[in-house]
Amino acid sequence: MKLSGSEIIIECLKKEGVEYIFGYPGGAVLHIYDALFNTDKIKHVLVRHEQGATHAADGYARACGKPGVVLVTSGPGITNCVTGLATAHMDSIPMIVISGQVSRQYVGSDAFQEADATGITRPITKHNFLIDSRESIAEVFKKAFKIATTGRPGPVLIDIPKDLTDPKVKISFSYPKKINLRSYKPAIRESREKIDEVAELISKAKKPMIYTGGGVILGNAHKHLYSLVKKLNYPITNTLMGLGGYPATDNQFLGMLGMHGTYEANMAMHDCDVLLAIGARFDDRVTGDTSKFCPSAKIIHIDVDPSSISKIISVDHSLVGETAFILKQLNKSLDRYIKKIDTKSIDKWWRKIEKWKKKKCLDYKKSKDIIKPQQVIETLYEITKGNAFVTSDVGQHQMWAAQYYKFDKPNRWINSGGLGTMGFGLPAAMGVKLAYPKSEVVCVTGEASILMCIQELATCLQYHLPIKIVNLNNRYMGMVRQWQEFFYEGRYAMSYMEALPDFCKLSTSFGHIGIQIDKPNELEVKMKEAMKMKNRLVFIDIITDQEENVYPMIKSGQAHNEMHLSPTNEDTELA
Amino acid sequence: MTDNNEKRYIISVLVENEFGSLSRIAGLFSARGYNIHCLNVAPTNDESISRMTIVTMCNEQKINQVMKQLDKLVDIVNVKDLTEETHIEREMLLLKLKCNKNQREELKRLVDIFRARIIDVTDTTYTVELTGASEKILAFVNSMGKIKIIEMVRSGALGISRGRDSLENIKRG
Repeated sequence: MKLSGSEIIIECLKKEGVEYIFGYPGGAVLHIYDALFNTDKIKHVLVRHEQGATHAADGYARACGKPGVVLVTSGPGITNCVTGLATAHMDSIPMIVISGQVSRQYVGSDAFQEADATGITRPITKHNFLIDSRESIAEVFKKAFKIATTGRPGPVLIDIPKDLTDPKVKISFSYPKKINLRSYKPAIRESREKIDEVAELISKAKKPMIYTGGGVILGNAHKHLYSLVKKLNYPITNTLMGLGGYPATDNQFLGMLGMHGTYEANMAMHDCDVLLAIGARFDDRVTGDTSKFCPSAKIIHIDVDPSSISKIISVDHSLVGETAFILKQLNKSLDRYIKKIDTKSIDKWWRKIEKWKKKKCLDYKKSKDIIKPQQVIETLYEITKGNAFVTSDVGQHQMWAAQYYKFDKPNRWINSGGLGTMGFGLPAAMGVKLAYPKSEVVCVTGEASILMCIQELATCLQYHLPIKIVNLNNRYMGMVRQWQEFFYEGRYAMSYMEALPDFCKLSTSFGHIGIQIDKPNELEVKMKEAMKMKNRLVFIDIITDQEENVYPMIKSGQAHNEMHLSPTNEDTELA
Repeated sequence: MTDNNEKRYIISVLVENEFGSLSRIAGLFSARGYNIHCLNVAPTNDESISRMTIVTMCNEQKINQVMKQLDKLVDIVNVKDLTEETHIEREMLLLKLKCNKNQREELKRLVDIFRARIIDVTDTTYTVELTGASEKILAFVNSMGKIKIIEMVRSGALGISRGRDSLENIKRG
């Protein structure tokens, strides 16, 4: 079979089982678009800004586990992908970005729409390639998909000069079945001795704590985690990225930990004597002051990435490999140590935790006059029965969604945890909706974040993506305002959102439905009505309390046991 | 940032001889704030592989991260810290000196002592080549005294382990 470079690219994508490409055409990729025109196997989603393409592909990947694929042109096409690549890279999301490049003879000449794509994206991709011959296209694609999806996943960029996609030049094509990368061999499992050693330590714990992150979800290890936690009867907390890795409604779950984590999760972290960290990376938003982190704990770290071990916090034991494999091994080993568990101490530990739970740190006071943002998330949770896929942008609304929407299943909570990218939520929701057209997909956002990728409302109309946008509209960049209240004596520099659009009219002009809710007593009824419109995108603009803060909060430089609680809570007696 | 526990580490790296490999490694060091004291790179007998020697100043915790982060780069075939094991280090120096008649004898004496070689001569300059460990190179440069250095170029350290050990042997795959 003789094919042009463009046709080879399409064939490679077919062989990899790609369903969707999120992209935007331009000069350097016109040959590829022409080849795409002739295939009906792969559906192309035309976004309105390349950043939207990367977030949509990212959302798709987070929801269904398959790599998201992006196709953009050279120059501004690829530079617009930078934020999306960095977002995916920070959260280890498998993604393939194909960018056109100027023809080889012009590379390095500052040609029209030329940018050094591999140079720019080097620190924000897991790996990247600049293709230099037609013959290497298939091999590069095979490598790229392998690198993006194995080990600790991540985005891979493939930059391809236009002349290599010329439809007139054809070469023979075959897609490699296997590819051997001598320099890339991700760890899979650990030795039995190391596993047994850890199992023994876990079984000896008197005040154990399990802390898991996005690695459990990415590694598809939630079932093994569930058996482990149930077997041990130990408490568990999730990071922001790890939510859904363990069912949030289970009574062993203490909620999220960290800067805006629950009282019980953070206190248990501080007091534990054995900490089992799984697929988590000790992010500064999780650890607080590292010098006061889990001061009396032996720390065990399970992760697929060796460079995560002892990067921030020096650990006592590490198991490096795929979380699912390692947890399977560990579960097996634990069966032999389970009798050693000091159940009396564990019961005592649970009693202490129950006392912390009684603090009810997420309580807040409702008002008759103004809608509280927390109440919106709780209402959303009830209406969707906890089954929705929820994407979010970044800020207060993100934290409230994480705190009040109880995710029982993995891959349902889609947010930019590492990079903290405003503008992520809407395009990510498009990707999720394409992956699961029959499921409820909700984008929880704020009036500041949503404007950063608002143009994607047009994409939603074109491809009929009836997602629901829940806009917590407090007329402030809420998290910025909160920090200014706490740390800058209430000087709200540039955080007030003046000149906001009428969101209802705005979504109507994009061909969707917009409703506004501003009365607490109408919240449930109107939200229900909106959610009932299964075939329409509904922009639900909810006017919320401007001054509400996210609690609990660990301020920077403080430890887990130095949380600030909500005023509703602070006067209640410390357990 | 200065750190009292900082010491000198010498690392050998085998890297796929591919487009952008050097920039990936240099980028890693700058992005993560690691120091590069010197770096040397050239092809090996296996033309698909280049070998680098990197000398860096850091503390023990950081060197572990440096090693892991290097190993994580997809292009890197193998990486090894030579510092603690018996190894040989060599560096080459080319030194162009302005040398008047009175200084020539002194220079020739120094060249003999350090087993350097004079490789180019004009009526006013001498160019000297010296190979040795970095301390020797520095000692030689410091001994120039009043002889004026016109320009100086160093290769940076090259390192190889003693005995049978080979980075190539433990090349994975």
